[in-house]
Amino acid sequence: MPVGCLDGRTGLKSRHYVRTVGARAVRKGLVGTMLLGLVLPLLLLVGGSSASAATLCLPKPDETGCISGTVGSRSDPVAGVDVILRDAQGTDIETVTTEADGKFSFTVTEAGDYFVVLDDESLPDGLEQQPPRAAIAGPDGSVKVTANLGSAVSPIVEVRDEDYDAGGDSFTDQIAQSVVNGLRLGLLLALASLGLSLIYGTTGLSNFSHAELVTLGGMVAYGLVNLAGMNLWLGIVATTIVCAAVGYLQDRLLWQPLRRRGLGLTQMMIVTIGLALAAQYAYQYFVGASLQKVVVRDFGTTSFGPVTLTNLSFLAMAVAIVAIGLVGFVLVRTRIGQATRAVSDNPALAAASGIDVDKIIRLVWTAAAGLAGLAGVLYALVISNGIRWDTGMQILLLLFAAVTLGGLGTAFGAFVGSIIIGLVVELAGPLGAPGDLKYAVALAILIVLLLVRPQGILGRAERVG
Amino acid sequence: MDTILDILSAVIREAISPGTAAVAIAVIGLNLHFGYTGLLNFGQSGFMLLGAYGFAISLVHDVPLPLAVLVGLGLAFVFALVLGIPTLQLRGDYLAIVTISAAEIIRFVGRLSNLKDLTGGAQGIQGRTYQPAFVDLSFFGDGAWTLAPFNYTDVADGAGWVRALGGLVFAACIVATVLVGRRLKRAADPTRTAPRTGLDGTLGKVAAVVLVLIGLYALFFAMPVTYGRSGVNGWWVRAVAWTLVALSTLVVYLLVRSPWGRLLRGVREDEDAMRSLGRNVFAVKMQSLVIGGLFGALGGMVYVLASTVQPDALGRQITFFSYTALLLGGAATILGPVLGTVLFFSARILIRESARAYVPDSIMSAQQTEQFSFIVVGVALVLLVIFRPQGILGNKRELRFNV
Repeated sequence: MPVGCLDGRTGLKSRHYVRTVGARAVRKGLVGTMLLGLVLPLLLLVGGSSASAATLCLPKPDETGCISGTVGSRSDPVAGVDVILRDAQGTDIETVTTEADGKFSFTVTEAGDYFVVLDDESLPDGLEQQPPRAAIAGPDGSVKVTANLGSAVSPIVEVRDEDYDAGGDSFTDQIAQSVVNGLRLGLLLALASLGLSLIYGTTGLSNFSHAELVTLGGMVAYGLVNLAGMNLWLGIVATTIVCAAVGYLQDRLLWQPLRRRGLGLTQMMIVTIGLALAAQYAYQYFVGASLQKVVVRDFGTTSFGPVTLTNLSFLAMAVAIVAIGLVGFVLVRTRIGQATRAVSDNPALAAASGIDVDKIIRLVWTAAAGLAGLAGVLYALVISNGIRWDTGMQILLLLFAAVTLGGLGTAFGAFVGSIIIGLVVELAGPLGAPGDLKYAVALAILIVLLLVRPQGILGRAERVG
Repeated sequence: MDTILDILSAVIREAISPGTAAVAIAVIGLNLHFGYTGLLNFGQSGFMLLGAYGFAISLVHDVPLPLAVLVGLGLAFVFALVLGIPTLQLRGDYLAIVTISAAEIIRFVGRLSNLKDLTGGAQGIQGRTYQPAFVDLSFFGDGAWTLAPFNYTDVADGAGWVRALGGLVFAACIVATVLVGRRLKRAADPTRTAPRTGLDGTLGKVAAVVLVLIGLYALFFAMPVTYGRSGVNGWWVRAVAWTLVALSTLVVYLLVRSPWGRLLRGVREDEDAMRSLGRNVFAVKMQSLVIGGLFGALGGMVYVLASTVQPDALGRQITFFSYTALLLGGAATILGPVLGTVLFFSARILIRESARAYVPDSIMSAQQTEQFSFIVVGVALVLLVIFRPQGILGNKRELRFNV
C-alpha cells in the first residue's frame, strides 16, 4: 500500500511556526536542512501511526486515485476545516471536514487536474489559507493537484495567521529580533559547550560524542513528558538527572578504565567518534528518524517592542542563565571548583597537592552530561521545535566553534564563545547569508580567528602549538 | 542455503563496487595524513566533495575529461593550502576541528539553493549529465560479462559441492596467507635471532601474492558476479576504479619508502626533534596534507562515477567511515587502507543482510537492520581502538601516534 496515501505531509509550516516572524527566520534554515532528510523517512516510518479510518483512501490500479493531505502540520493539525475539491472546470465536487488529526482525503475515479481549497468560513478565527506557490496555484487561492489512478497525491495546503505580513518588518526590527534569538541560541549553546570545555580542560579530550548527550536530553524528555505524560518542569529536572547519571556511568565504565590503560588522546577522540556514530543510529533504531515533539501544548508568545518570543523561550533562557551562573559560582567560589581548575591547569601537580583527580574528572563528566541534557531539552523545546536523532549532530560543530573561539578548556571562554556564535548564526540571515550558510559563517569565523588569535579569545598563548 | 548464498553474493558485490574503491582511494590519502604524518584530518569528505564537484561541474560544461580531473584535483589542492596555513602550526586537535568545519562549510555551500544552477543544490547533480564523457571512453564493448568467466556452473553442472569446494579453497588460501604473512613479519623483526628459513625471504612474499590470487579466483569461481561490460555501473567503471586504487597504493608505497617518507614518520614521532635537525616541519606537513587531499579528491571523483554528486552523501559520515576502515586495516601500512575499506563495507552489508534475513520483522524492521549495521560499526570502531589500535596489518610499535 502506498504510504503516501495515508500520510500527506502538507502543512509543514504550522500555525505556531508562522506566528512569530522572528522565529520564522530561525527555522527557515532548519526546515531547509530537514526537508530532505525528514520527508522520506517520515513517509516510510509513521505511515502506520497516522492511519485513521476516516481518512483512509486506498488507490486501486486503473480504478481510483487518492488526493489526501493534512491541514496544519502533523504535530499541530487544524481540525474541523471544510476542504473543497474542485474539478478542472472549477466546479465543486466534494467537501470533507478534517478530523482531529487535520487529515482529509478524496477518492477520485478520473485522472486529471483538480483544485483543492479550504473553506474560509470553517477555518478557526485568525487563520487563513496561505496562497500557494505560483507553480501550483489554481484559481481563487486554490492548490492545483494532478491525480493519477492507482496512486495517491498530496496537495500542499498551508495555513497562516491573518495578520501575517511577509515584508512588514523593518530592517532594524529584524536585527533586534535576531539579536534576541541569537542570545537565546547562544545561552543554550553555552549550556552544552561549558561541559565540552570542562571535559577538554580536565582530560584533554575533544569529545565528539558530546552532541549525542544533547540529543539524549531531548529524547529522554520526549519519553518522560510526551510519552509518559510527566509534568514539563518535573520532566526537565528528571532529564537532567538521567543525563548526569549517564555521564557518571560513561566515565565510570569507559573513560576511567581507558585513562588507566594509558590510551592516547587521539585514540580516545576516535573512541568518542565511534560512540557518537553508535548513539545516533541507536536513537534512530529506537525512536525513528522523525522529529518528535517534547510538548504539544502551545505556551503563547510575548512581545517587547519589535521582539517576539514564545513564553517558553523566556523561561528556557532564564533556566540557562541560572544553570550557567551556578556552574560559574561553583567554579569560582567553592573548593570543588578550585580543585577543578587546578586539575585543568596541571593534573599531576593537582594530584600531588592532594586532589583526587579521578573524582574531579568524574564530577566534571557528570555535570557536563547533565548540562548537555538540559541544553538538549531546552533546545528541543524552543529552537528545533522537537527532537530528532541528528539534532545534536547539527550543533556539534557550533559547540566546537564556540569552545575554540573562547579558548579551548576555559569555561568562561566557552560561554563568551557560545554567545558570539549564537549571535553570528542568527544575525547572518538578516545580514544577507542565504539559508544554511549561517552555520557556515560561524565556522568560517572560527577559521579566521585561528589565523589571528589561535589560543581563542580568553585562552592563554602558551596553551597552543 | 540459498539465503546464505544471496547474502554472500550481496557482500561480494558491495566489496567490488566502485563506491568501495572510491572510499579506498580516499582512505589511502587519509593514511598518508593520519597514519604516516600524524595529522588529524577530519575533513577528508570535504576533499572528496570538492573533487566530485570540480569533476562533475566541469564535465557538465563540456570540459574535456582530463581537464575536468585536473579541475577537481586543483580545487582540493587549494583547499589543502587554505586549511593548512592557519592550522598546521597549531596542536593536532585544532586541525581536527578546522578540517571538519571546513568540510561542512563546503557541504553547506554545495547545498545552497542560490547555487542551484551550478551545484544542483541539495538534490545535487544527476549522474547522467556528466557520466557519458567517461562511459563513452570504454573499450570493453557491449553485453554482459561474468567474473570469473570459468566458474562453478561449468563444472559438473554447477553442483553444490563444486561451489563449496571453491569456498573451501578460498578459506584455505586466506588462512595460508595469514600464516605466511606472520612468518614474514617475524622475519622482518630486527631483534630476531633464529635462523632464516625458506619462506622468510622473497619466496615467502611470492607465495603470499600467489595465495591471494588463487584465493580471489576461488572466491569468484564459487560466487561469480555478472555486470554489463560498459555502461554506467558496469565492469568499465569497476576496472578503472580498482586500477586507480592499485596505482594509488603503489604511489603511496613509493612515497613512504623514499627519504621524504622518513621525514613524514619523523614528524609523526617527534616534531621537535625534526625541527632541531633543521627540517621544515610545516612544509612537510603541508606537503602531506596536499598529497593526501589529492587522493581524497580522486576518491570523490571515482565515487560519483557510478552515482550522483550529492552533498549529503559525502558528509561527515564518510570521514568517520574512512577512519574506521583505516584503523581496521591498519594505519601506517601500505595495504591496510584497501583491506580495511573492503572489509568495512563487506562487513556492514553482511550484518545488514543477515539481520534482514534471519531476524524476524517483528523484532527488527528492514529500516532497523540498516541502523543496526551502523550501530555495530560504531561499537566496532570503539572496540577496535581500545583493543587493537594497530588494526589487522599494523605494527603496534609503529603506532604510538599522539598529536
